[in-house]
Formats: sequence, structure tokens, C-alpha cells
Amino acid sequence: MDSSDVLLEARGICKDYGPVRVLFDVDFSLRRGEVHALIGENGAGKSTLVKILCGLIPQTQGELTYKGQPWRPLGVSEAERQGVVMIHQEFNLAEDLTVEENIFLGRELRKGWLLDRRAMRRLSREILAELETDIDPTARVRDLSVSQKQMVEIAKAISRKADVIIMDEPTAVLTSHEVEILFKVIRRLVQSGVSIVYISHKLDEVKEISQRVTILRDGHRIATEPTEALSADEMAVRMVGRSLEDMFLPKTPPPEVQPVLTVRDVTVPGFAYHCSFELYRGEILGFAGLIGAGRTELFEGIFGLRPRAGGFVERAGRPVEIYSLKDAINCGMVYLSEDRKGKGLITLMELAPNLTLMSSVREAGFWLRRREELQELERAIGEYDIKAPSLRSLVAELSGGNQQKLALAKVMAIDPQVIVLDEPTRGIDVGTKQQIYQFIHDLAATGKSVVVISSEMQEIIGLCHRVVVMRSGRIAGVLSGDDITEEEIMLYATGVKGAA
Amino acid sequence: MRSTPMAQETPRTAHLMWGRLTALGPLIALIALIALGAAINPTFLSVANLTNVLSRTAFIGIIAVGATLVIIAGGIDLSVGSMAAWIAGSMIIIMNRLVPATGTGWITILIGMAVGLLLGMAAGLVNGLVSTRGKIDAFIVTLGTMGIFRSLVTYFADGGTLSLNFGVRATYRPVFYGALLGIPIPVLVLIGVALLGGLLLNYTRFGRYCLAIGSNETVARYSAIPVDRIKTLTYVFQGLCVGIATILYVPRLGSASGTTGLLWELEAIASVIIGGTALKGGSGRIWSTVVGAIILSMIGNILNLTSAISQYLNGAVQGIIIIAAVLMQRGVRKGE
Repeated sequence: MDSSDVLLEARGICKDYGPVRVLFDVDFSLRRGEVHALIGENGAGKSTLVKILCGLIPQTQGELTYKGQPWRPLGVSEAERQGVVMIHQEFNLAEDLTVEENIFLGRELRKGWLLDRRAMRRLSREILAELETDIDPTARVRDLSVSQKQMVEIAKAISRKADVIIMDEPTAVLTSHEVEILFKVIRRLVQSGVSIVYISHKLDEVKEISQRVTILRDGHRIATEPTEALSADEMAVRMVGRSLEDMFLPKTPPPEVQPVLTVRDVTVPGFAYHCSFELYRGEILGFAGLIGAGRTELFEGIFGLRPRAGGFVERAGRPVEIYSLKDAINCGMVYLSEDRKGKGLITLMELAPNLTLMSSVREAGFWLRRREELQELERAIGEYDIKAPSLRSLVAELSGGNQQKLALAKVMAIDPQVIVLDEPTRGIDVGTKQQIYQFIHDLAATGKSVVVISSEMQEIIGLCHRVVVMRSGRIAGVLSGDDITEEEIMLYATGVKGAA
Repeated sequence: MRSTPMAQETPRTAHLMWGRLTALGPLIALIALIALGAAINPTFLSVANLTNVLSRTAFIGIIAVGATLVIIAGGIDLSVGSMAAWIAGSMIIIMNRLVPATGTGWITILIGMAVGLLLGMAAGLVNGLVSTRGKIDAFIVTLGTMGIFRSLVTYFADGGTLSLNFGVRATYRPVFYGALLGIPIPVLVLIGVALLGGLLLNYTRFGRYCLAIGSNETVARYSAIPVDRIKTLTYVFQGLCVGIATILYVPRLGSASGTTGLLWELEAIASVIIGGTALKGGSGRIWSTVVGAIILSMIGNILNLTSAISQYLNGAVQGIIIIAAVLMQRGVRKGE
């Protein structure tokens, strides 16, 4: 390899979050004018690595070089000035500003003391035209669709005249036509000497657009190869690195006798429309779909956390009226949010109050029972294998995996029969993942019913007896048995199969 | 090179531990202030002076206990000073009207006290319900009721002063000026209210829910906690505290006007802040609030006893103390 054309290089990068190491001695190099794909499972460390590359977070160990100089940007804005721009998965747009104001945010064109609106509008139009989108530069970003926002993000990156563009799952929310346009733009950028780091789950896209591919697994770099040297299957095997049997226990689908939960025609305005499904005793029911398909919002609606319009819910054959989370809990149902720190746990509180926060709502007593809380914590620590510095630790002092186990213990403390877990293994290490899979399996084996909402294909495929696929707020299809494959799920999730 | 292994993340734990240690901050500040006072003027430490300071702390201290719970649960109540004036005015009007029927004895006064407590709780209920049900920021709701209460008392007094019947005043007087076992009654009441507040905050589910809501309201909602009810109850408790403080205040001057309880809300909030309770909610201690209230009134007292700084600068010194207290908190909270 000719090292002279390497633009951005990372050597021996390690990253620790508290006691947890998420990147181990990772090397990465980006040549001038190449598309370098970065692939790996969720939690493999892709996002962490690129956040380090673009100055969003500092590495714990290791060195970066950019254009032959040591590279240590003090934050994103400096990195952008030097030509390293990241397009985030979660958009980084000011929702109340217009498209053109966003594109030029922080480097507005001026005529003397005043903004040169005319020039900015003209340039915005040019860039948007290049992207073959009909987005109006004067539209408010808030009013755009998700895929339009993605296009604005891309336009913003292009307008910064970047040398390095890092794209984190840019096609997750794009239609296939928009993906084609994006690829055209990428090819044009690469020809003009721009280098692109391309993170994606979609291996066929990686095959199509990238010249080299780096595979990460559990924070380690597994391989860096020319893309044509690897087939999509070989990439998948190296990404996973272990067979599914290691992670998941054999499934034993329950008999579909009497549903414990029947949802009929439920609509959550703005998010989910006319959704119907059943959940059986002892079943693990998966909810798959693209981000923004309305899975989380559907269940928040069912649990009374969001306004619901129409439809009804039966619990074990009896109609139930659920208008608040407390009603749902009284029906023996719990929901564990995907947003562990935002909705699941109070990170600056101790463990015991967090553990009992939900179950205490059902108690009648006026006084707290601190001693019993601590006993309950000790029991949960044993049962869920929670590793905490001490009984009086704050939640913030726990690793992500242990926080998730505590969150699980918290909702299980009400002894529910129906358990809805939203992205139960997001951002946690493989060991803990396996424990959580085992736990979900055991729940079903003891006759409880579990819904797993997950964007991780493997998890859905390895764990669930049946899979409901949602697309744009509607249930596109229900898969069971041997039909539960990545291809089938994607066909329904992207609208090739199933009712619109 | 920027390879500083582990240095980026470990301070978090250290910060949290330091945070637990600095809980004693307000107490240390109070002890320092007492030492300063004693050094400046020996009469500062006299029983008469200290009981005087503590008695005058009682109004703000009692109100600040309620404010602590409101703020811990993520709210704010700006209406307490006006509320106190409105309650005082209403109590005086009602007791004066009762004199022909029930005389100038304790029956009239007890009815007046009951009215004071009920009005306080009702006013708190209004603040709480309007902000939770109406989904309006508590700052705005209580800014509104602040104006309403103050204007009502001015209207009742017709722009002047409402004066309590002299007979009733004589009977009522010991409630502020009296003492039990040498301890002034207002101080005893302050201790009682603080104990009640501490009990509520630390030993009941209500207190736990206040902390949870103030820390992260979304998590509380996703834990099935009745967020609106708990928040409303904090305003009712605040109203009760204002009622109690007003019951003690009425016999002090025996009158109420449009300027009664002026700026009490700011002094109460300042006491809470000096006590180390975060204005954004989620953590706090009742006893530190009481210490904060004592610090505030002690500053005025010490300035009265010395000629080094003009007593007219009382507000400036208090302001510096408030800002310094928040700066210290900031140091603790960086770890988040």
C-alpha cells in the first residue's frame, strides 16, 4: 500500500467509558478519494471510532494523523474547519431554521455586516439540485420528511467543501431511489478527491459503493480488505464471528391457544395506524422494522403513554381500558423503554430507589421501607447478576450492561405477565447480551409472554417465535417458523411485500 | 499525543463522592458566619440576639421548607410573598368580622388560623392544578398568581392598611412574642415544620417521587408515578407552609397591606439555593434550607452589629453569598 496517499489515519485507538473498554487497539486508514466502508454489528464500536475521528469524543489511547500531521481537533467545529465532516445518524439540524439557514449554519456568507441571503439561497439551490431533490431552500426543516432531512444533512456536508465525509448509516431512512442518487453523489465526490467513511449495516450497499472495507467486532478490528476480495456472506460471517447457536437457545414455540394480549385496530395518531396482533402465553414476539416505523410509539400508545385513537385491547380475553401506565401495570403489563437514560433509570439516584420506583406505585403505604428496598436490591443483584461498586452506588457508576439489567429488574419487580422490551440490548456488551437473551428465553419458558422490539436482525431472528414487521406505522406482515429470515423481514420492512 | 489512559472518565466517581461530602457546605458556612459575628461584636452571641435572629428567620424559613419540596420536584413558586399578604389580609378581615359574634378571645383566633391554613392550601392547589393540568410553566402561573394575590390584598385594604381589632391583637400577641422553655414560639414552629418537611422528603413515597420527578420527569412518568398529582401536592404543601408562616406573622404587627411579605419569595428561593438544593430539581435537603435561611438573616444581623460595612449593603452581601453558593454547586455538578 502506498502510504503517501493516506489522508486520515488512526493507530492503536482505545476508548474506555469508565471501567468498560469499547475499542481495543484499532487501526484505520483512509486514502484520498476512496470510499472506505466500516461495518460491524450494533455495539461493535463503529460509531465510537468515527466520533473519535471527527473530534466529537477523545480517544483514551492511540494516535491520529490527518494530512500527515498529528490530528487532535478540539471538537466538531474545528474538525469541520479542517475539512472533516460527519453526517450523524441522529440529525444535527436546527429544526426551526430553514433549509438554507441550516446548510450555512455557523459559516454564513456576508456582504459587509449583513447576511448575503441571496448568495446563500443560490448556492443552496445549486447543491440541492446536484442532489436531485426538490427540497425548497426556504422550507423549515421541521416540516421535512426524515429522508429529506437526511438529504439536507448531506447537502450541508457537501457545502462545507469537506475533504473527509463520515456517513453514519446514511441510507437507513432513504428510499431505494434516494439511495441511488446518494451513490451518484458519492461517486462524484470521490472523483473530485473527497474521501468517505461509510458506515452501514447493508452489505449489498457496501459491496456496491466502497473500495475497501474494515470489519469491527466487539471493539476489535477484525479485518481491512479490498471490497472485491470479500463476498457479502464472508463479511457477515466475519462481522458476527460466532454462529447464532452460541448466542441463542433453541426455540420452542408455544401452542397458540388463548392469546394473553389481543390488540385490535389500534391507532396512535402520527405514528401507527390500525395495528392488530396477538401475543400468546409463553411466546417471544418480535417487532421488526426500519427506524421510524412506529414500533415504539405503537407500544407507548398501547401502554397509555401516548394518546391513542380507536381500537381496543384485550388482556387474556377480557377487554381492558388502559389510559395510563398505571392501568397497564394493573393489567400485569410492563414496558421497558429503549431510552435507558432518558426514560428508564434516574442516573443520579442510587440503585435501590431506582429498582423500586415502579413497583412502589402499587403499594398502599405512606412511608418508605428503606431496609426492605436494600434487601430487594441485594436479591436483584444476585438474580440479575448486576455488578455494582457498592449497594449505595449511583446508577451512573454502573456500566451500560449493568444499568440495563437493573432496568430489567425494575420492571420485573411488579411481577408482570406481559413484558415489552424495546431494544433490550442496545449499546451493551456481548456477554451481557447473551445473559439477557437467556433471561428472555427463561421468561417465555415459565409461561410469561415477551415482546421484543429490536432493530438488530440477528436478535429478532435468533430469539423470536413470531415476528411482526412494521412499515410506516402499519403492520406489513407477520412471519413465523422458517419464514423468519433477514431477507423476508427486509422485504416487508421496505414495502416490497405486504400491504402498504 | 493525547493518550491519558482512564483520566477522561474516572473523575465522575470522585465528583460524586465529593458531592456527598459538600452536603455539609451550608453548615460550615453558617459556623464560619457565627465565628465572624462573635469576633466582630461579643453581643452577637448573646441569647437575646440569637433568639431574635432565629425568630425573624422563622417566616422565611417555614416558607422555604415548602419551597424546597416544590423546587426538588422541578417546580418553582413565585407567589408565596403575595400569598402571605393575601392570607394575612383575609385573616384580619375575618377575625374583625367575628369579634361581635365570638369576642376577642381564642375562638376568633383559632377560626382565623384555620382560615389561614385553608386559604394557603387552596392557593397552592390552584397554583399546582393550573400548572399541571393547564401544562403551563410554573414560573408563569405563579408569576400570575403573585400579581393576583398582591392586588387582592391592596383592594381589600383599599390601598391602605388592614388592622386587626386591638382586643384580638392583645390575645393573639404571644403566638409571635411568646416562648416555651425559653425558646420563642416561631422558632419552635420552624423546627416543627422543618421536621415535617424532612420526614416527608426522606421517609415517604411522596418525597421519593418528588426527587424522582425533579431528577427526570420522563423516567418518573415511565415508572407509572402520578407526576401531576405529586407536583400539585408540592404546591399544596407550599401553601400550607405559607399559611403557617402567616399565622405567626399576623400577631407581630397586627396589620397587613399591599407591601406585606414583599420579596419573601426571593428570600425563600435564596434560602433553598444557599442550602445547596439545585434550582433544576432532583436533589436537596430540608435542614440545609433552614441553615440557608438562618445564614441570610444572620448576614443582616451582623451588618447591624458592625460599622465596617454599611447595613444598607445587606442586599449586596446576600447577593454575593447566593452567587457564591451556586458557583460551589456548579463545581460539584460538573461530574454529570
